Amino acid sequence: MSEIFTTAVLVAVGASAIRLAVPLLLAALGETFGQRSGVLNLGVDGIMLLGAFAGYYAVLKTDNVWLGLLAGAIVGLILGLASAVIAVTLKAEQGISGIGVFLFGLGMSDLLFQKLVGTPIPIDTFPQVDIPLLSDIPYVGEIFFQHSLVIYLAFLSIPVATFVINRTTFGMKIRAVGEYPDAADTLGVSVAGVRYATEIIGGTLAGIAGAVLAITLGIFQQNLTNGAGFIAIALVYFGAWRPTGIMLGALLFGFVNALVLELKTLEIIPRDLSNLAAMAPAIITILALVFVARRFRAPSALTKPFTRGT
Amino acid sequence: MSINLSHQQRRILAYSIPVLAVFAALIFGAVMLLLLGANPIEGYSEMFVGAFGSGDALIATILKATPLLFVGTGIVIAFRANVINIGAEGQMVLGGLFATIAALYLPEMPPIIMVPLVLMAGILGGALWGWIPGALKAYYRVNEILSTIMLNIVAVQLMSYLLRGPLIDPAEIERGTRIPQTERLMESADLPIIFGDRFHIGPVLAILGAIATYYLLWRTPLGYRLRAVGLSEHAARYAGIPVRRTIALALTLSGAFAGLAGAVLVFGSESHRMVTDGSTMGFTGSAGFNGIVAALLGGLHPIWTIPASFLFGGLIVGGQALQRAVQVPSALIVALNGLVVVFVVAADRYRVKLLSVDGRDQEIADDGKTPLDDEDSALGSVYDAAPRGTDSYGQDEFNEDPR
Amino acid sequence: MAALALVGAACSSDDVGGEDFKVAIIAPSASNDLAFTQSMVDAANMLQEDGVIGEVSVTDGTFVVEDAAVAIRDYASDGFDLVIAHGSQYGGSLQEIAPDFPEVSFAWGTAADTFGLPNVFSYEAASDQGGTVMGKMAAALSQSGNVGIVGPIEVGDAKLYVDGFEAGVLSQNGNATVNINYIDSFSDVALASEAAQSLIGAGADVLSGTAQMTVGAVGVAKTEGVLWFGTQSNQTVLAPEIVVASQVYHWEHMLEDMIKKVGDGTLGGELYEITFANDGLVIEYNEDFDLPDDVKQIGDDAINTFKDEG
Repeated sequence: MSEIFTTAVLVAVGASAIRLAVPLLLAALGETFGQRSGVLNLGVDGIMLLGAFAGYYAVLKTDNVWLGLLAGAIVGLILGLASAVIAVTLKAEQGISGIGVFLFGLGMSDLLFQKLVGTPIPIDTFPQVDIPLLSDIPYVGEIFFQHSLVIYLAFLSIPVATFVINRTTFGMKIRAVGEYPDAADTLGVSVAGVRYATEIIGGTLAGIAGAVLAITLGIFQQNLTNGAGFIAIALVYFGAWRPTGIMLGALLFGFVNALVLELKTLEIIPRDLSNLAAMAPAIITILALVFVARRFRAPSALTKPFTRGT
Repeated sequence: MSINLSHQQRRILAYSIPVLAVFAALIFGAVMLLLLGANPIEGYSEMFVGAFGSGDALIATILKATPLLFVGTGIVIAFRANVINIGAEGQMVLGGLFATIAALYLPEMPPIIMVPLVLMAGILGGALWGWIPGALKAYYRVNEILSTIMLNIVAVQLMSYLLRGPLIDPAEIERGTRIPQTERLMESADLPIIFGDRFHIGPVLAILGAIATYYLLWRTPLGYRLRAVGLSEHAARYAGIPVRRTIALALTLSGAFAGLAGAVLVFGSESHRMVTDGSTMGFTGSAGFNGIVAALLGGLHPIWTIPASFLFGGLIVGGQALQRAVQVPSALIVALNGLVVVFVVAADRYRVKLLSVDGRDQEIADDGKTPLDDEDSALGSVYDAAPRGTDSYGQDEFNEDPR
Repeated sequence: MAALALVGAACSSDDVGGEDFKVAIIAPSASNDLAFTQSMVDAANMLQEDGVIGEVSVTDGTFVVEDAAVAIRDYASDGFDLVIAHGSQYGGSLQEIAPDFPEVSFAWGTAADTFGLPNVFSYEAASDQGGTVMGKMAAALSQSGNVGIVGPIEVGDAKLYVDGFEAGVLSQNGNATVNINYIDSFSDVALASEAAQSLIGAGADVLSGTAQMTVGAVGVAKTEGVLWFGTQSNQTVLAPEIVVASQVYHWEHMLEDMIKKVGDGTLGGELYEITFANDGLVIEYNEDFDLPDDVKQIGDDAINTFKDEG
């Protein structure tokens, strides 16, 4: 038992948790913008997959990981725009249209991969960047400050997002549109405009999340995300639509996954029970929500398309 | 649009919108086929023949549609109560597992007892997996989208654990191959065949289930409560309806249908055993997601979900035939599936607009006439009935629940 | 795929198969997954090029068992001579379908059961053999005496390989540490990548793994400079710097034998196993990897032992 708590193991688990959390974090952050403005997008996983392929392919062709990120962002942007058209202008049923985007993204990314690439070819991955001074701190340095630039930027986006939502005019509009679309409309805020913007942000972040995943892993494969997009959506609820909460949720999920992996390596979890252990992240996420008393409520207009005069 | 159409004309146009949307998606698909070097005309004709072109094809389509109809019916119930259930994948798995366990551990009994027993076990399993998110929402305010997604993960690991461990076919251990499957389940639990080799009672049960749901929703007090909560939680609570419990019940019923789908899948399957590849979709065929689409195609009305499931089943079966015939990667079919969903969902608005007279009909007043009699209420207010409600502000207790 | 001199030896009689011989393959993953499915598709295509098979039809990505059952029936009724159900999970269905088509020959793998039916062949790979051979080489190459293995779910072919590899390591070096991590998924690439990290963190300097999600593990091995042994297909292309060797499944001989039997009127009833002895299993070395001669000798000796055992 004492093996678990050696610092080396804890450090490894911590660093692993952060790596696993990043794609979830980015995608969930994007979805938060959309949901705060009242739009539910269940297609995040599909956007992530297409973003992942775009990023992978771009790096394959150009050997430049940053171009890969850009490619993922652009693909995500386009899909976010499409999602906005479907949800905001066409006022489609939000609980269902997203499923279509998911299936489309799942199939299309696989199809493109099979036709344009074929057999898996590995690509470059993000270089590790140790933050000077901080990365030398024993233990803490290894967990937090020896990652790639992308990871640092991803975590930086949390306070940025919090700032945008809480302290900018745009953020105020987002919140208004999500809570009182009629009132916002009366005051001259373009409900559709704000929702388009948030969906585009959401799609872009999801595309980036996918690209980060593919480039970090250095490969693409059918269904690379393996449901990460859905977990990201779940995390939005977990985090009560607040970026900090979402970050905590992503880290919790990543941490439990990393811990279970480590326990399997150390054979503390017997192989017969390994499936039961694999349930842990999901169960713990639910339990965490059960036991933490919460007073946050959903954006009132979530999933409700807006029509003036209704 | 300021074209003046007669009532009849508008109805016809409305019903054809989903069909037109499917066509639009198929045109995109044709472009993709061309790019892949296949002949779209040949491909699509194979698709049609493969889905509807022969007795065997029709049977395959109907059998494929059966889980869609079960799940879709359950989704209709959930949606009518304004609940989004994306946990059907996991609920199907639990239904299959419970039914399998019943067949493995109950003593041998004649089919007339055995079949209903295993199916009921399946219903129980799915209902449980629907009840958990329902109760979590009702009593702990845990959002159902989060809990159903998490429970899908738990379900697949549970299936792997059981089929690798306690439920594994002993012969597998002997042979050393350890394929995660059960032994061939007892024959008296096989779903009775009503026609030919493969046409079992599953489709009949699904249709009966859809009809029963129609009566449930529009002819019983419970159904009234479900729909009331779906239209306006605020008003429903004001009317004395226990909103949280009703929502939990909606999820439970929805899960029960999905569980039944899972049980039918196991006992109607070719192999008459439960087997896993480690994913939910390997067992369910994505019926947990596609059932949601079928429900929408059916205008969130249980009766219309029947033809909608049939058509969607045809799309899937046809797609597989297409893939075999012109040898494109099966990924194309998944993408095409998604496109169809997107187009149909996006076009739905126009369908609804065409049907409703002035856009807002209060469904609570509906006296339950069939869609053909009462298209303005049932289908027209589909748009209003499912996740809508006039109330979105207000500080009452219910609105504090994270949604 | 690398050229295989072995095929030349066997591609012989003009009366085996022929241009009217139609073969269908139903498989759960993509045809170019660099793993399980690809190995069979490649074998069939090879035989087609040699004229032994006239037409090859592949239905890949069929992870839904009932859909596979429909496909098997369809192919059987469409006049195909040999229908290959290339997935362990298809067995139960095949057992019910095969009796309905007594003039069609079916093959099922990886498995060891023909259900007592006269028109069903079964086949499996003795992947533990290659596992043992490479395990020995891994132990010889490891400087830390610690080897790690990443697995999907502990079933079937995967379990066979992992058990063989572990046995090989321990037989070469009784003091070695072997850590095994089954990630409980065939598709979670990110988790496989973190599992590899975890194994490396526990001290492994040589890794191996099986199933398609191990591309994630190979990527980590590449970044960390840890050696890799692959299985099911030649994985050199994934990381030419660190892949030592791969156990490659060569189904061609077996397939050709089946086709010959079908031509002679025997439609099934035999259990096939590809092994070193019958050239169904081959260790393909990475030409660019500088493998010390003595280590290669260990590998060759082990292979020869298997060959002698038959």
